[in-house]
Amino acid sequence: MRQAASALVRRDLQLLWTRRGDALQPALFALLTVVLFALGLGGEADALAPVASAVLWLAVLLAGLLALDSLFRGDAEDGSLEQWMLAPVPLWWLVLVRTLMHWLTTALPVIVAVPVLGELLHLPHAQLPVLMGSLLLGTPILSLLGAVVAALTVGMRRAGVLVALLALPLYVPVLVFGAGAVAAASQGLDPVGALLLLGAGLSISLVFAPLAAAAALRIAHN
Amino acid sequence: MNLPPTNRPAPNGLIRWFHQLGSPPYFDRFAARWAPWAHLLALLTMGIGLYGALFQVPADYQQGDSFRILYIHVPAAWMSMAIFALMGVYAAIALVWRIKLCEILAMACAPTGAAFTLVTLATGSIWGKPMWGTWWDWDPRLTTELILLFLYLGVMGLYAAIDDRRDAARAAGFLAIVGVALLPVIRWSVVWWNSLHQGQTIRLFGESSMDPSMVWPLLWMIVGTKLWFAGSLLNRARADNLRRETGKDWVAKLAGATP
Repeated sequence: MRQAASALVRRDLQLLWTRRGDALQPALFALLTVVLFALGLGGEADALAPVASAVLWLAVLLAGLLALDSLFRGDAEDGSLEQWMLAPVPLWWLVLVRTLMHWLTTALPVIVAVPVLGELLHLPHAQLPVLMGSLLLGTPILSLLGAVVAALTVGMRRAGVLVALLALPLYVPVLVFGAGAVAAASQGLDPVGALLLLGAGLSISLVFAPLAAAAALRIAHN
Repeated sequence: MNLPPTNRPAPNGLIRWFHQLGSPPYFDRFAARWAPWAHLLALLTMGIGLYGALFQVPADYQQGDSFRILYIHVPAAWMSMAIFALMGVYAAIALVWRIKLCEILAMACAPTGAAFTLVTLATGSIWGKPMWGTWWDWDPRLTTELILLFLYLGVMGLYAAIDDRRDAARAAGFLAIVGVALLPVIRWSVVWWNSLHQGQTIRLFGESSMDPSMVWPLLWMIVGTKLWFAGSLLNRARADNLRRETGKDWVAKLAGATP
């Protein structure tokens, strides 16, 4: 199992390296979202600071949504997915490895950029640690839930807006607790409760989401 | 010729009927026969319920006449969740035993369920404007019900987007099974969080915190919406069933084609 995982990781990293420019796309998308929000709200620091954390959460979430379609599509098109299903390792294990790699390559660059984006939005510095914590706990859940949706839609030639329609209802609780933790901290309340709930959600989705996504892959790609 | 004795008893009437119902031509006849009756009975019971709700039941001491919208809101809300649960059950049966008719029935649940969810949200917000002073509030109960609507739309969208009907039904059914996790959250959302939405006031078992004189039209409405759903389910499933069986002999015969 470890061998299969390391082979998959190496292959994904090589593919990523040959298309280095694509790897920065989600971060660029998040930057554009932030710029549009800032301009739409008039650019005043007084108007931006209260909503900064929510806008950043949304920017990260939308950037992740944009990258979701590429999770299994390449493998479905070149036939690797059939090999995954025939492989002697369980399908959910490969799905888990792929999803975590996808998170590392699409979500993590955006999260690294969040402190800079926060400056653009005049995010109060005291909120930054809680925001980063909630993003680090929340975005893997988004990737894992997104894997289920991406697996369901992998059989379609163009999934388009359907991916968003399927994924966003599942994303709502993560957004509520993730942005809620920051909002609680900004009002001087204890954000630990919401962060713990995110952690619990992450543990549950780490266990169940790869199984669900593997089942969905078998349904959508038989 | 002597046939070897079998250990299996002959299936009794009910089990045989159940197996027969799984066959497309038999289901078509069954649905064509019973759907009009379900709709007729539904109109009748909902008529009685609405008459009672509008003319018989006394006005509320606090809310006056505006509480009467409850007789549509509550049955629709219950149906929105019950239909989703039923869709999950059908989808699970379809995924495990690969019964074609269950795929059809699961997918036939979605549009009616989405309609009931929309009715729930609309009547709730019409009532909310005079009572809460707002059309909408991001309250847990309201938000989760809205997510339920999106899930229904997602199931319908996924079913429509995949070309192969059986693959589409299985993928959409899988989403429905995943979505069932939302139902307990909706049910207990007024308990877990501070909510603008009132808590549970009507109980089927035990004492309701609603006056008995106000309850009886609600029961008629609950039965009526169930019957209406049964009728629409049969009609929709029948249409989908016929569409899938296009080209089979029995459909051609039904359409009056001469061989």
